[in-house]
Amino acid sequence: MDRRTSIKWVLAASAAWPLSGKHAARADPAPTGRGYGTDPNLLAVYHPGELWPLTFTAPQRRLAGILADIIIPADEHSPSASSVGVVEFIDEWVSAPYPASQRDRPIVLGGFTWLNEEAARRCGKGFSDLAATEQNGICDDICEESRSRWRDAARFFALYRDLTAGGFYSSPVGRKDLGYMGNVPLASFDGPPPELLKKLNLP
Amino acid sequence: MPFVTAKSQKHDYDVIVVGSGAAGGQCAYALCMDGAKVLMLEAGRRYNPATETPMFQTPDQAPLAGVGTPQKPFGFYDATVDGGWEVPGEPYVRTSDEPAGRFDWWRARMLGGRTNHWGRISLRNGPYDFKPCSRDGLGFDWPIAYEDVAPYYDRVELLIGVYGSNEGLENTPDSPPGCLLPPPRPLVSDLLMAQRAKRLGIAAIPGHKAVLTRPLDFRSSPARLHPGNVTAQRILAEDMRARAVCLWATPCGRGCSIRANYQSTTVHLPPALASGNLDITTDAMAYEVTLGRDGRANGVSFIDRTTGKPQHASARVVILSASACESVRILLNSKSAQFPNGLANSSGRVGRYLMDTVGSSASGQIPLLESLPPLNEDAADGDQLYVPWWLYRDQHAGKLPFARGYHIEFGGGKRMPGYGTGAAMEWLTSGSYGVKFKQDVRRYFGSFVHFDGRGEMIPNEHSYCEIDPSLKDKWGIPVLRFHWQWSEHELRQAAHMQRTFAEIVDSMGGRTRGPVQSDGAKAIAPGGSIIHEVGGAIMGSDPKTSVTNRWCQTWDVPNLFVTDGAVFASNADKNPTLTIMALAWRAADHILERMRRREL
Repeated sequence: MDRRTSIKWVLAASAAWPLSGKHAARADPAPTGRGYGTDPNLLAVYHPGELWPLTFTAPQRRLAGILADIIIPADEHSPSASSVGVVEFIDEWVSAPYPASQRDRPIVLGGFTWLNEEAARRCGKGFSDLAATEQNGICDDICEESRSRWRDAARFFALYRDLTAGGFYSSPVGRKDLGYMGNVPLASFDGPPPELLKKLNLP
Repeated sequence: MPFVTAKSQKHDYDVIVVGSGAAGGQCAYALCMDGAKVLMLEAGRRYNPATETPMFQTPDQAPLAGVGTPQKPFGFYDATVDGGWEVPGEPYVRTSDEPAGRFDWWRARMLGGRTNHWGRISLRNGPYDFKPCSRDGLGFDWPIAYEDVAPYYDRVELLIGVYGSNEGLENTPDSPPGCLLPPPRPLVSDLLMAQRAKRLGIAAIPGHKAVLTRPLDFRSSPARLHPGNVTAQRILAEDMRARAVCLWATPCGRGCSIRANYQSTTVHLPPALASGNLDITTDAMAYEVTLGRDGRANGVSFIDRTTGKPQHASARVVILSASACESVRILLNSKSAQFPNGLANSSGRVGRYLMDTVGSSASGQIPLLESLPPLNEDAADGDQLYVPWWLYRDQHAGKLPFARGYHIEFGGGKRMPGYGTGAAMEWLTSGSYGVKFKQDVRRYFGSFVHFDGRGEMIPNEHSYCEIDPSLKDKWGIPVLRFHWQWSEHELRQAAHMQRTFAEIVDSMGGRTRGPVQSDGAKAIAPGGSIIHEVGGAIMGSDPKTSVTNRWCQTWDVPNLFVTDGAVFASNADKNPTLTIMALAWRAADHILERMRRREL
């Protein structure tokens, strides 16, 4: 995959979509700021909140973590999304002064509002206070965009899943979960093992 | 002192080279190694790949997991400094914002220019590519043939280090023995693609890329490159020994601190500086070539970006290697009584015939590649295999609805996870989440393949740039205004790419992601987005219809040369950088010869 492709992936993953007025983030002005500039220090290690202020309130942070862990829970291979900093990553994302972030920001914040409203409608509580089965009930209804009757909410869920995955698989834990073996210096590159090629009937 | 300021510049340079990328680096190297005193002007800042390259940094250490933003379009860790399609304070004008009618101008403001981040794909133009008009009546022939450039392709390959193979294919030149380094082993996805494409009559062969898969031949190459010049041989041999072989990790686009791939800052400039003949002034934004009363160029005016003040440097010869459009801009802004429409523009052709590469892409998901065991597939960062144009005969026989060819760059494998991993997979997963989602991401990781078509654009009258009558950049320099239009040849070619990608994905037993675009206007990437812009000061055999002669020497001003992509009379599907370097070296040799004869 070349560099242009990775741009396209990002664009595809965060494609713009109009959110209906009701759930748009009415009181959240788009972040302004200069970003990291065109000549940032590439050798420093950055943490969310260092370059631009974060957005989430405490209840939003809680909801963000619960939803991220519904999407990527702990299993026998790796821990959950929230335990590797995914909430902070998503908060950094929606707070950044760049076009993709500003496009996604109202979708995420509006999605949180929708989840709480839907939870209240169904169970009389906020989403974070629902039982796991009740939370899954809502998620089941919006996890597949092509089949969901809540189109905006389904688009929110798709974006949030992409963001959660983006934060999780960018982390050392995520790389290990996928068995990624690269990014280490090798004396030689020997190609795929012959037995694998034989199995796949490749020369 | 090799890095000089406007104040510490000398006054007796033989040559000023504007720009420090593929063209400027190559010119400076060739001139300095043969004893010429050179001043290089670079608009951007000084840059040191040895200390600045984020080699093994991981996405979790970057803001936003390292994804691209307008400030770092190819990702946070991309080598580009102060560059992109938008450069703050340096605007340009587009006459159209429509996808099929726009041109976006990429620049990099740093020592080494865009060579620090480029894709390193290093393909030779073939014999047809220099005489396209003779073959199909479209566009222009070059005033030179493959045979004129071939010795310089050999030399550039020996100098910078290019891996690849000789396959004896039509219009896809072989290199003489010893020129190419061995190609890397293909990945599983490469081998599957090659096996299945072959059944469609499409041959995939090793890519050509400026990456050291083994040490350069420091014992014999220096003598081959600099016969009779013991000093140059010694400097080059030492420098070749200091370059490390690829360590099979880290993306080339970040640059390479161990100098295992080509960038001007790691390959051309170090030996040129070691010769003692090169002075470099960075933060020097050239805007005008000045003309003496004798009608010869006598220097270059530039803005010292550290003070914002105009400065001037003088030399016997001026070479513009500022990138195609920037060189054009400097020429058009160099107005005088003798050249009211811009320097070297008596033909009116400066700015004309801008070309980019036709680009179209597709990706697919291949079940056979699912759930493979863990493998290290970083390899050479892609481009282990590619598909050269394979339909020369059908096309020449008039069986295709477009005139020129394209090649396919292919990618796959278990690349470093990051933002985008696990994204947009609903079409495969029915929207899974939870433990099932984690299982799905593991299953599909490494099963995606990607195709980039890279095709030839034919020069046309509607794609050009000129000086905008009113807008200036933050330095007060008038800016470019771009006009852009594809012809049916390019649009149909882009649609053909889409169909081919779909056929190959199908032959691999997979599915394409998203629709296969049959409308060429929707399939084609906007002008400038492939960053292969060339033309604007094309070479030719007639001073009335071209800007330079066969030596990159402007027809109008004998000691003014343009050695970057601006001189391209056509833009073959082959990525232009290797040809830029070959032509620049050829021009530098010509300049040295003329200087020895005291004609310059």
